[in-house]
Amino acid sequence: MLRFIARRVLETIPVLLTIATVTFFMMRLAPGGPFDKEKATTPEIKAAVESYYGLNKPLLEQYLKVLGGYLKGDLGPDYKYPNRTVAELIAGSFPVSLELGCWSLAIALVLGVTAGLIAAIRKNSLFDYSAMSLAMAGICLPTFVLGPLLALGFAIHVHWFNASGWDFARDRVLPALTLGLFYSAYIARLTRGGMLEILNQDFIRTASAKGASTARVLFKHALRGGIAPVVSFLGPAAAGIITGSFVVETIFNIPGLGRFFITSAFNRDYTLVLGTVLFYAVLIVAFNLLVDIAQVCLNPKLKFE
Amino acid sequence: MPGIRATRNSGITVWTIRWHSTWGNQLPLPLVRNSILAVITALIAVFFSGCTPPPTRTSYGDREQILFRGNGAEPQDVDPQIVTGVPEDHIIVALFEGLVSEDPRDLHPVPGVAESWEVSGDAKTYTFHLRKNAKWSDGDPITAADFIRSYQRMLMPTLAAEYAYMLYVVINAEGFNKGQIKDFSRVGFKALDDFTLEVRLNGPTPYFLSLLTHYSWYPVPISVIERCGPVDQRGNRWTRPENFVGNGPFVLAKWRVNDLLSVRKSPTYWDAARVKLQEIRFYPIESLDTEERTFRAGQLHVTYEAPLARVDSYKRNQPDLLRVDPYLGTYIYRLNVTKPPLNDRRVRRALALAMDRAAIATRIRRAGEAPAYCFTPPNCAAYTSRAKLPYDVEQARRLLAEAGYPDGRGFPRLTIMFNTLESHRAIAEAVQQMWKRDLNIDVELENHEWMVYIDNQRTLNYQVGRYGWIGDYVDPNSFLNMFLSGGGNNQTGWTNKEYDRLLAEAGQTGDQEKRYELFQEAEAILLEEAPLIPIYHYTHPYLLRPSVQGWYPTLLDHHPYKYVYLQPTKENLTRSQTPTLAMP
Amino acid sequence: MPTGPFLPDIAPDQGEIPEREASLWRDAWRRLAKNRLALAGLWILVGLILICVCGPLVAFLPQGLRPSGLSYSYAQQDLHLHVSPPGAKHWLGTDQLGRDVLARVMFGGRISLLVGLSATAVALTIGLLYGAVSGYFGGKLDIVMMRTVDIIYTLPFAIFVILLMVFVGRSLVLIFVAIGAVEWLTMARIVRGQVMSLKKQEFIEAAIALGLRKRWIILRHILPNVLGPVIVYATLTIPGVMLLEAFLSFLGLGVQPPMSSWGSLIKEGADWMEDAPWILVSTGTVFSLTLFSLNFLGDGLRDALDVRASKD
Repeated sequence: MLRFIARRVLETIPVLLTIATVTFFMMRLAPGGPFDKEKATTPEIKAAVESYYGLNKPLLEQYLKVLGGYLKGDLGPDYKYPNRTVAELIAGSFPVSLELGCWSLAIALVLGVTAGLIAAIRKNSLFDYSAMSLAMAGICLPTFVLGPLLALGFAIHVHWFNASGWDFARDRVLPALTLGLFYSAYIARLTRGGMLEILNQDFIRTASAKGASTARVLFKHALRGGIAPVVSFLGPAAAGIITGSFVVETIFNIPGLGRFFITSAFNRDYTLVLGTVLFYAVLIVAFNLLVDIAQVCLNPKLKFE
Repeated sequence: MPGIRATRNSGITVWTIRWHSTWGNQLPLPLVRNSILAVITALIAVFFSGCTPPPTRTSYGDREQILFRGNGAEPQDVDPQIVTGVPEDHIIVALFEGLVSEDPRDLHPVPGVAESWEVSGDAKTYTFHLRKNAKWSDGDPITAADFIRSYQRMLMPTLAAEYAYMLYVVINAEGFNKGQIKDFSRVGFKALDDFTLEVRLNGPTPYFLSLLTHYSWYPVPISVIERCGPVDQRGNRWTRPENFVGNGPFVLAKWRVNDLLSVRKSPTYWDAARVKLQEIRFYPIESLDTEERTFRAGQLHVTYEAPLARVDSYKRNQPDLLRVDPYLGTYIYRLNVTKPPLNDRRVRRALALAMDRAAIATRIRRAGEAPAYCFTPPNCAAYTSRAKLPYDVEQARRLLAEAGYPDGRGFPRLTIMFNTLESHRAIAEAVQQMWKRDLNIDVELENHEWMVYIDNQRTLNYQVGRYGWIGDYVDPNSFLNMFLSGGGNNQTGWTNKEYDRLLAEAGQTGDQEKRYELFQEAEAILLEEAPLIPIYHYTHPYLLRPSVQGWYPTLLDHHPYKYVYLQPTKENLTRSQTPTLAMP
Repeated sequence: MPTGPFLPDIAPDQGEIPEREASLWRDAWRRLAKNRLALAGLWILVGLILICVCGPLVAFLPQGLRPSGLSYSYAQQDLHLHVSPPGAKHWLGTDQLGRDVLARVMFGGRISLLVGLSATAVALTIGLLYGAVSGYFGGKLDIVMMRTVDIIYTLPFAIFVILLMVFVGRSLVLIFVAIGAVEWLTMARIVRGQVMSLKKQEFIEAAIALGLRKRWIILRHILPNVLGPVIVYATLTIPGVMLLEAFLSFLGLGVQPPMSSWGSLIKEGADWMEDAPWILVSTGTVFSLTLFSLNFLGDGLRDALDVRASKD
């Protein structure tokens, strides 16, 4: 196992390097720059600002300088907020996204797996149809519709929560629900699909015929295999959730990391784009590793890979 | 058979619901789950009755004199010499004060740090007398030398301040900023003594005092900056709350990125006695819809802007919460005169004359905007253009035919470019229809992401491009100088020697009447040549609670905080003040 | 008779039933035809496609032949009818520019259904093949393939789309490229996971022992068994694709005005949620209807293709 993990970490290095390089040059190819404004300043001033940040040097030189900075742990200054560094922005906003992501994942997993399990057992029953219909409704209501609806209902019609902000404990509820309900729909359907695959197998039939109770068959025998597609899906999805959702953070004005992913690209904030992309990449790699380990645990036959 | 019955099972009464299922197992629903259902039902009942809400944040703010302001975006910084945006302006005017301040009602210059001033006969030299009791928030007095060192930092080429050009009216300022002059003492600033500042300008600049109210002219505490790092270092941390020093009515208290920036009343401000607010909290809410919901939930006193879709509803149901103030700006379509067929003046005029701007302003925008038939907004410092570019479909058709496209035949494809925003799209679609209906020409629409849109305009890679111009100070010059030949913001390729000459001459006169006559002639040329189509003059719709006093409608949306205070109204002394949901 | 959730329903003996020639696909089709819900889904889907394709054409019929509610073009503006509620003339109301919502929903359906179904089909094909190869062969090939997926997954999508538009221009085909480039990644991962668990099954080992070619094994034995969760995920992808198209139009790549798509209509509806709820409600309803039918169809397909289901 340890060798597996160590090998994975080694593989990550060329991956990160490729991502950094491709992102760096992709950004520079896009028209516009961090200091382009609708109300243009004089060309001399614009040249002066760009020269201050070394943006007028040859591209390769800038690239090497950025790489060198990363090796030293310096992610560079931010262009849009000259007062802040990229590291500071990421370090300040990630804990918020992490917290929101964990609450959302908890809601999604609890609701989704439970609904999917019960729907799979009681296939084609009323519960199955209503649960899956609710799940479909969850997917049909994208976050940018569900969020404002929840805010209108629970923050304005009745004042149980704030419409935006992240100051109090109760500010977590509406955004976590918005994000969690959305993902729970996916998880419910994937769970049901995966469980149905397993439940049709002979060994389930055997266990049941031998007199095992519903619960025992479910949790001891079926869940391991049935949960596999959820785990595959969850790997990258979890990494995405905890790095924040741009939409939910905009709707509830949450100071998270998700916003920076989109706004930095639109602002051509080169350093922040690279920083967020690499941060996300590290998380994705870590979560994929976890998913692969989990799959081996669930299906020991894979150990002999 | 489905049904409900009770069974006794080891001493606990269990309610079960029999499912119509293929198996005999019944899924028991213990008492706990039933209680949960009961609670959920009760919650739903309470929800739909919408009963008594707790006191909201704004009622608390009203009592404590804390203003909750929605501020549109996270500020780049609060260093007046680094930033360029409007949200930053709202914060900076609380933290700093310039030589001159603004009257809260009509923004005319009133004494700020300078308690009086004299203007020389040729209007090229200003002498400011600073008040002796003006202090920085760390207690140090503000001297003329502070101002001179601030301007030196502002004009330092190594700092690369993006608004440095606002100071170019001063002798040799441009040269110093471009690195041609190395000695700052040659720039037109001089400290005659500790509390007297002399400024010498290149030419008579009648709007100079209004210019001084812009934050690029504010002083910064150089000694504090130097303690935190090199004075021309952009990442200098002197604006962090623990280091911050300013000279305004408030000081920086708390700053959480993308979350909250709060300022509290400064005890060292020379006019602190007049300041009634104790604290201002700025919320950087980017989405206008989120901001509107936050306002409705009682969390904000004033918003940055009101979403266009909701303005009608507020006008009908809660007009006392909606403010639609006039705003010094014009929404235009720029025409790239370097590309045919737009290089033909008749085509450009035809396009302009065939655009029903009244319909756009009243039916699409619907927030009290005035249709624009000239470029400068009416009554801009008492200047209103006499020349107009009217709505005249007959003449448009004639001009188009004259230009060689009778009834639109043979007219090449034209593209309207705009950045992605619902209102821009709606207007472009309407214009597309108008030109099709009245001129029989086909127009394509292209929406671009923000940076691509800016880049395309800068490189003249467009045909018809949407643009909005906001005046920096209240004077027609701030609009008309946009179209000088080769001007950085011209971006249409249009040049006109007569236009340039008129504006240059106006720049040399101190006589307001003469200036305005020259402007009238210049604007007449501009509208005759039509490198732009003025569409509407901006207004600024936003939401404001009645408890906010001293907040007057001004053309630049400036509301000096030392005149603002909160008056708890009768309602919010007892309960919250949230407006009800407006149902269609 | 022993019954339970995991034991099959054993039907009473019906006497001799002649054995028909059995193949996976024929069996599947027969099973699907018996599934009423799946068939309902199929017909609803077909109906929606027909409405969206033919509906807008009604507006071009001569005046006498067409009902008043269907006589508007999706682009026809009437600024005086700014945001008017559903009525006799405009059955689903009008939008901000006075355009008929019904016409826009029908027209938008063309685009969304086209983009949704075909982009998902493309993503499905690529993802299936890629994931199957990667999962089956394992080893170094798997490592390289999966790391490539990781790399593409992390690259900033917004920049990718902007570059596409700058270097290739704008066209409807480009939407497919952009969406396809993103959606196949997760599909490949899921397929890989399934394949990896499948390849350890005895029947695969048997096939290898029999000397069957690798290509044959993948196509004929592994892929059909993988289809279950894959189809479920595909039906989940389609709404995501439709909404992704709305994000693309925000960047300037989606449908150009005055055309509409369900994604852009939902976005517009969300902005006007309180003042013109009919935009959101009508688009949301057709959107949900499409998804529900797709899902029932998908479930039916999944059940039909499940080789382990009993033949009764």
